Amino acid sequence: MNSLYRTMMFVPGNAPAKLTKAEIYGADCVIFDLEDAVSVKEKDAARDLVRTFLSTYRPDCRVGIRVNAQDTPYYEEDVKAMVPLKPDFLRLPKSETAKNMRDLDTFMTKCEEKAGIPVGTVKIVATIETALGVQNAFEVATASKRIIGIGLGAEDFRTDMRMTRSEDGQEILYARNRISLAAHAAGVMPLDYVYSNFKNTEGFIADVKFGKMLGFTCKSVIHPSQVPLVHSVYDPTDKEVEHAKQVLAVYDEAMKKGSGVIALNGKMIDMPMVTRAKAVLEYAKASGKEI
Amino acid sequence: MLDTKILAEINKIPGYEHKKAFSGAFATKPTGYTAAKPIKCVKPGTKKVYSLNDILDAVGLKDGMTISFHHCLRNGDAVMKYVVDAIAKKGIKDLTLSASSLSKVQDCLLPHFESGVITRVDTSGSRSELGRFIQEGKLAKPAIFRTHGGRARAIETGELHINVAFIAAPRCDKYGNINGVEGKSACGSLGYAMPDAEYADYVVAVTDSLSDLPLDYVSIPQTQVDYITEVDSIGDPSGIATGSIRVSKNPAELVISKYAADVIAATEYFHDQMIFQFGTGGMAIATAGYIREKMLAKKYVASAGVGGVSGFHVQMLNEGLIKTFYDPQDFDLTAIKSLGTNPKHHEISASAYANPFNANPYVNLLDFAVLSATEIDVNFNVNVLTDSYGKLLGAPGGHPDAAAGAKMTIITMPLLRGRLPMLLDNVTTIVTPGETVDVLVTEYGIAVNPRRPDIAESLKGKALPVKSIEELKAKADALAGKRTPLPKSDKICGLVEYRDGTIIDIVRGI
Repeated sequence: MNSLYRTMMFVPGNAPAKLTKAEIYGADCVIFDLEDAVSVKEKDAARDLVRTFLSTYRPDCRVGIRVNAQDTPYYEEDVKAMVPLKPDFLRLPKSETAKNMRDLDTFMTKCEEKAGIPVGTVKIVATIETALGVQNAFEVATASKRIIGIGLGAEDFRTDMRMTRSEDGQEILYARNRISLAAHAAGVMPLDYVYSNFKNTEGFIADVKFGKMLGFTCKSVIHPSQVPLVHSVYDPTDKEVEHAKQVLAVYDEAMKKGSGVIALNGKMIDMPMVTRAKAVLEYAKASGKEI
Repeated sequence: MLDTKILAEINKIPGYEHKKAFSGAFATKPTGYTAAKPIKCVKPGTKKVYSLNDILDAVGLKDGMTISFHHCLRNGDAVMKYVVDAIAKKGIKDLTLSASSLSKVQDCLLPHFESGVITRVDTSGSRSELGRFIQEGKLAKPAIFRTHGGRARAIETGELHINVAFIAAPRCDKYGNINGVEGKSACGSLGYAMPDAEYADYVVAVTDSLSDLPLDYVSIPQTQVDYITEVDSIGDPSGIATGSIRVSKNPAELVISKYAADVIAATEYFHDQMIFQFGTGGMAIATAGYIREKMLAKKYVASAGVGGVSGFHVQMLNEGLIKTFYDPQDFDLTAIKSLGTNPKHHEISASAYANPFNANPYVNLLDFAVLSATEIDVNFNVNVLTDSYGKLLGAPGGHPDAAAGAKMTIITMPLLRGRLPMLLDNVTTIVTPGETVDVLVTEYGIAVNPRRPDIAESLKGKALPVKSIEELKAKADALAGKRTPLPKSDKICGLVEYRDGTIIDIVRGI
């Protein structure tokens, strides 16, 4: 298992074969979905299925659970049932305010205490899907120590904003920017939105590349075929890997010597460059490149 | 290894007294000479075309003899029924049916099994109603299941003596020349009929496309064909060949195919001028698709392709990515057309393809072969004959032959089918021995046979999910739960022969 979250793949929580196969597509993380992928008639069945599955088997990747939103009758049962399974995180839809996040945090603490697992074990990913949520993005991202990432739920956001949908997502550019900015400011992961037309490979790749330009480090996906496409966008080139290695080698050497000024090929090396070099090598490692 | 008590029981059966247990893929060393057939002499102008009834009289078919058929018409075949119906009408009984394989369409022969016209079976595969008949122990003695190469070997060594071979002939001239690439029931290569034509006492062509003029393309020559009979139809074209290639769209199968291609590309066997065999199933074709991309990127070509041919293989042949193809069997219309028109596409016999006891079968050229499996076990033994309940389902076919010949044999298989794990402590029926299987590729990971540390070494640092076979099995068990072993019948209903003629396993009663 690598240490990155490049891809979070949604898997319907009510489909046994999809749960067992979820891990095989190479996503860094799978999210078992109790929300949109499950009809209201099957909410309890999906919850039971995911609970039974995770009680007997742990996929070989990170596992998150998308619970139902706080304004639904399923939310409490979902959280109560899922926290004891120790998923890596719960993903909360319709995260709009800091209070939403604090309420979830408090409730999860209770559940963890009751289950006898250390408080703070299960993290939170917030999905922002409304105008108010985007407006409050930074407050949402910083409302709880459990929060590891925030992302845009584009479809609901468009509805809330009465937007007209475009294939290349021009209308959600501001929200994407705002969420990326808030996430970086809060020190949590910015998660890019779901590109739902999985048959449009070209459009998807262009969208992932654009998201990467905006600072997103992770893409939510809904189809296995999207996983390798995202990873290929995030894979550093051999030239980038080589440069990163040189930067770190020069930096390490300077640290050993206690030298104050560090340079590579006549260019000064500063801390952000070192941080970026480390990230490049992490991505390279995740993509299977020999470092 | 076959239980000695079971072997002792087999050796008590008349005709099976000298059967030996499998003791290693290349342990048997043959001696002696190949079998002979009667010397023939035909005066110029002698007519060969007669009614089937007259031919049955002419060849002197009697109770207890062996008749043979090829399976190149697959599930569209109408010839076996036509011939056995005529034989039954003459009151002939107690025959051995030797077929290069039996498809579901041959369920129509069941009445002739039940009435005792056919009492013994020698085949590669059987399934459905005939499979059930065999597993109910209703034959006079256990059926023999042979590999494609093993059947050719048995014919050539005289172990399987065919009295009359009935050859479904998509195109036949009045002199007896046959091909499979023309006619309304074209099936492509007649590779599996060739040993029968060469060694049977009598050879009868059954055709629905008789030509008065000599054929241009000849698969089986007039020198081997004694009689010809004409029928309205030898088969249903929709059951003989599919119209288009099936490439898998199943995301899990594509994961397996991609891993298989990555494994191949990581080893020394992926090189310019390589020689390979891919099956014609959706997953094998998908693997070939990924390999094609890797070949284009590296500017590699394959010097030869071997084995069954589909439209995708033809595409690679036409693109120049495969220089030449050795073909014992075709699966779709594109492949059939290519065989008839492309001089780089060569028809070969089952013996040339896979017989272990000739000077060098084509499977021995393989750098790698990508094969499927019904089940595999922790010792890499493979089952392709029975399902998880021991019921006859498939056929050894060329699986053990290609696995033995190839420098690297890769098995692509889902770890689970439905809720059943396919990786087990012991397969239900051993068909291909683990010593000839090198890599297992599943959607949950890849396992390399510990006999091949060289392959394991080349997969290091390639970001492939390589695990031990035991780790993979633990995963299968964790997902599916451990299987409760099924009760096994002691009734021996079939002998599973390895390609060298030794017995590697048995098919039990159900």
